Amino acid sequence: MTDMVKRKASEAETALSQQFMQARDALPGNTAVAELRKDAFGRFDAAGLPTRRVEAWHYTDLRSFMGTALPAAAAPDNAALDVAREALAALPQPACRIVLVDGVYQPALSAVDASPQVSVTALDDALAGADAQLVRDLTGDGCGAGDAALDLNAALMGGGAVVDIAAGANIEAPLEIVSVATRRNDAAIFARSLVRAGSRAAATIVERHILRGDAALQANNALVIRTGDEADIAHIWVAEGQGDRQLHIHSLLATIGDKAKFSSFGLLDTGAFARRQIFARFDGAGASLDLSGLALVRDRDHRDTTLVVEHVHPNCKSSEYFKQIVDGAGTGVFQGRISVSREAQKTDGAMKSQTILLSDDAAMYNKPELEIFADDVACGHGATCGSLDPDQLFYAMARGLPRPQAEALLLEAFGEDAIDRVANEQVREELTGRLRHWLAGRTA
Amino acid sequence: MSAPVALKIENLHVSVGETPILKGVNLTMRQGETHALMGPNGSGKSTLAYTLIGHPKYEITEGIISIDGTDINELDPCERARLGMFLAFQYPVTIPGVKVADFLRHAMTNIRNPDRKEGEELMSMRDFRKELRDTMNELNIDAEFARRYLNDGFSGGEKKRMEILQMTLLGPKFGILDETDSGLDIDALRVVSEGVNALRADKRSFLVITHYQRLLEYIKPDVIHVLANGRVVRSGGPELALELEKTGYKDFIAAAA
Repeated sequence: MTDMVKRKASEAETALSQQFMQARDALPGNTAVAELRKDAFGRFDAAGLPTRRVEAWHYTDLRSFMGTALPAAAAPDNAALDVAREALAALPQPACRIVLVDGVYQPALSAVDASPQVSVTALDDALAGADAQLVRDLTGDGCGAGDAALDLNAALMGGGAVVDIAAGANIEAPLEIVSVATRRNDAAIFARSLVRAGSRAAATIVERHILRGDAALQANNALVIRTGDEADIAHIWVAEGQGDRQLHIHSLLATIGDKAKFSSFGLLDTGAFARRQIFARFDGAGASLDLSGLALVRDRDHRDTTLVVEHVHPNCKSSEYFKQIVDGAGTGVFQGRISVSREAQKTDGAMKSQTILLSDDAAMYNKPELEIFADDVACGHGATCGSLDPDQLFYAMARGLPRPQAEALLLEAFGEDAIDRVANEQVREELTGRLRHWLAGRTA
Repeated sequence: MSAPVALKIENLHVSVGETPILKGVNLTMRQGETHALMGPNGSGKSTLAYTLIGHPKYEITEGIISIDGTDINELDPCERARLGMFLAFQYPVTIPGVKVADFLRHAMTNIRNPDRKEGEELMSMRDFRKELRDTMNELNIDAEFARRYLNDGFSGGEKKRMEILQMTLLGPKFGILDETDSGLDIDALRVVSEGVNALRADKRSFLVITHYQRLLEYIKPDVIHVLANGRVVRSGGPELALELEKTGYKDFIAAAA
């Protein structure tokens, strides 16, 4: 009977259905993976693209944002690889870099030999021989289950990489996962990568999304990071390159082992539409999690950070610290849900979202939620939204700073406060540079 | 021959919201002069200070303020600062996240190059650092303050010293000190006063706003004005301060009412 009450599929939903039907036999993976795809698509198909009626997507009505579904990107040809090479040449050379072009892992463009403690497998190869463990790892062992974008990614995923960091490895230089979208034709990318950090491993993972070309792009990417016991993993997500015609959804699935440390920072400063969603779960006791980010929004851009943290073990600490600067007719969204189960005694949780609105047309939606079932916890949240402090502006102007410069100085301090959560100095400097660049673009 | 007029305030009326605070202030200062402005609580001293530097909350409903003959009524605080005006705040603003050195480098670059366009280079880091270090030294300010966030966690005395540091580095033509002595102990008062006195020069004028005569023992004014109920009710020489110390403001309040 459910078919009878099912609403009419949108153009995009119909196209995605067709895409899945046509592609499913050719999509990489053994039968276990095919089963995973079928289940995921079944859930997506039943629910459709999320609308305002879906709580987690209330402020980001994906169904109306996504008028059409673009065809999957073609496998990168030589021209695409040239574009990627050029983009990579502009980056500092890290010791270890994993490169995806239009969603597909490119060993030839990557540099992993230098790090014997890191091994990389193409996602397609991993899927071909997938066992139950790989399926569990790839899905973050149930993290984020039921999310429509994740289901769609699971159904259509291909091309990413599986990265294993050896137990006890201490990777000094940042390990980069660079994803270049060449955008020569209107296309969609569904990449999923997995990082498994062994116990006591320590590494900084910088995930870069670089946009080139000017065709339309719908990117629905996922990264799963499984932080082993007592491991210490820092993740930084950054996108670069302009693009009006892009819709970018990035999901981070993080599981955190016993006494492990995991952090993730995201800079959302480009593209017309970006949603960063984080699903994090503690898989052991005494672990800590630090999530943070900075969203810079202007024009008619839409940037959404939505996170869910599940405390299911005792003595864990989580901190969520997000800042937004919204200008023009931009819209910012922050949704954070911290759930603390009955078992998760002595949980320490602090969530904060701070926003500066710079224009009358700028909008910000904040929705912090705490769901606590344990009785011995310290959890708090706060969300603020306001304009720049007029006293500070006046003071700076009275010392000779023209208003735009006074504003830029104050905004830089505001944004820098979030960037300071990143421990790696080199990455922090890069992020500060990008913040300054964005601020300079305001007054130009 | 007397020096040219530095500041001229003519029939100045200022309101905050609907409330008139200044009700026809007249005051003329010549280059090189230091004037003191005294008066009871609520007489409008701070209002005059903020109005001179262009705080948007204070609305000029009548009258003209001119600096070196230029009407500044319509100028914003930044433009006034670039003309050489400086206000040492009674309550300096705290700006967490902005380091003292970064703030000063921006301020000095703009003040010294008033024609500077947005996005142009700041003054050289080398020159800036040297000048900052030397000046902090002279004012007995620990170099560590340069790396701290502006006024964040500073004591009252440290904030006031920071104002004098900024005034020294920016070298204004016309400085206003709004109750710079409030909250200072005697040692700090001396340091701050010495800082101001070191700046006194032929072409530089100061308006020192204070409640108490004590500051004027350190910074000796040429002229003293008494502000009561929004008007200058009396002006005179340094001896006026001593008279006030004896009699208080009550006669002036009565005269102004």
